[in-house]
Amino acid sequence: MSDSDSEAMADAGVENPKLPPHLELRRTRVLCKADAPTSTDTVQYSGAYASLGVDNSLRFDDFRNNFRVQVNRISHEDMEFDMVGVDPSIANALRRILLAELPTMAIEKVLIANNTSVVQDEVLAHRLGLIPIKVDPRLFDYLSENDTSNEKNTIVFKLHVRCAERGQRLTATSNELTWLPKGSELLKTSESLTSTSKPETYTSFTCSQDSMPEFAGNPISVYPDIIIAKLGFGQEIELEAHAVKGVGKTHAKWSPVATCWYRMLPEVVLTEEIEGKKAELLKQKCPANVFEIEDLADGKKRATVARPRACTLCRECIRDGDDWEKRVSLRRVKDHFIFTIESTGALPPEVLFTEAVKILEDKCERVISDLS
Amino acid sequence: MEHASFGDQRNATFALAEEDHTLANALRFTLNQDPRVIFCGYSIPHPSEARVNVRVQTTGDPAREVLKDTCQDLMLTCQHIRGTFDNAVKDFRMKNPPDDLTSQEMDSD
Repeated sequence: MSDSDSEAMADAGVENPKLPPHLELRRTRVLCKADAPTSTDTVQYSGAYASLGVDNSLRFDDFRNNFRVQVNRISHEDMEFDMVGVDPSIANALRRILLAELPTMAIEKVLIANNTSVVQDEVLAHRLGLIPIKVDPRLFDYLSENDTSNEKNTIVFKLHVRCAERGQRLTATSNELTWLPKGSELLKTSESLTSTSKPETYTSFTCSQDSMPEFAGNPISVYPDIIIAKLGFGQEIELEAHAVKGVGKTHAKWSPVATCWYRMLPEVVLTEEIEGKKAELLKQKCPANVFEIEDLADGKKRATVARPRACTLCRECIRDGDDWEKRVSLRRVKDHFIFTIESTGALPPEVLFTEAVKILEDKCERVISDLS
Repeated sequence: MEHASFGDQRNATFALAEEDHTLANALRFTLNQDPRVIFCGYSIPHPSEARVNVRVQTTGDPAREVLKDTCQDLMLTCQHIRGTFDNAVKDFRMKNPPDDLTSQEMDSD
């Protein structure tokens, strides 16, 4: 029957015969039944529907016409937007890049001069590494094993807190971390001290970082109000922390997002009319208030789907008995993603997404140059 | 990098170093969309080693060319995504001008 349909449509002069509706449903929607979801995989193969005469290949022009982005909310820290018309493999690639392959600055080496607190040196260093640093990582270079630390690849912070013998116990927060734009102040002790040479420190800054135009009026700071350690009476911490550029793949402290996730657009369809008491019951069942009651002209009530986006797939509406599963169809649209990005503060979320797409392009570029 | 049978350019396996599912799955999808491709897939021989094997079998064109064209397609797709996203953010910002005070309040939900 479907063959004659496609033939009839081809005769009618339609360039691309369409799939019959039940196959189109399977191709574009994930059907979430009570026990498990079905048709979860995207049909990628270009010749999948060749026997029906339908071309499943995606030309770039079709992609360009169907693809759209809609921003729902955006602030300096997080954003939520809809991406429609793209395959899950690309959405997932962007999510993976956002989590693991976008560079940031984070504290890597901690030179501890004095630590009499109850927090061990390594635990203190670990905590310092996790503090987000509010600076644009694109202004810095990577520091490799053989390089010397200079103003282009290192940021130096100092922490010196001491709790007084009397009074209150002290909480050392990240507000106490002061930026040293001139570089390290700790001296390296050497065997033969020649009085004429300048004492060496652990970094070799050729110029002060706040003379650079990016940082001139804009001092580098860390995220404030993060508790680093708590000190008792007479305890002291004196250390210097060096921050370098890295990616999340090496250690999660270098991840520029607090987290980033996507979900597919939910679609809730009532396959039968639900009226009267059943409508009330359905509306009460849903904890996300997806359903609404509308009053019909002749006094009867009918259930409608008011907020499908709020559906969390808890499946409460199709749980008790087989009848409900026949009446309510829970679906997900396979190519519509609701993306949420929560940045840690170094870069605003829209810049993060743009950088992630650039990195995916660079990967393709690298494969092309390897092949040529 | 390319392990092909001598004389038959249509079918080949490409070993990409320093790659993982991020690029490989996106490449596999774009390869599948090309009508010249009969079969394509990727595998990761061992998770501790960053290496991906991409298998491409085509209807007649050399597999290397098809893979190169596919990478170009993926790059075009990425550029289009970037452009559309930037325009969408600009439109949103124009319609809802950022008011520093209210955006701070909105953060705490």
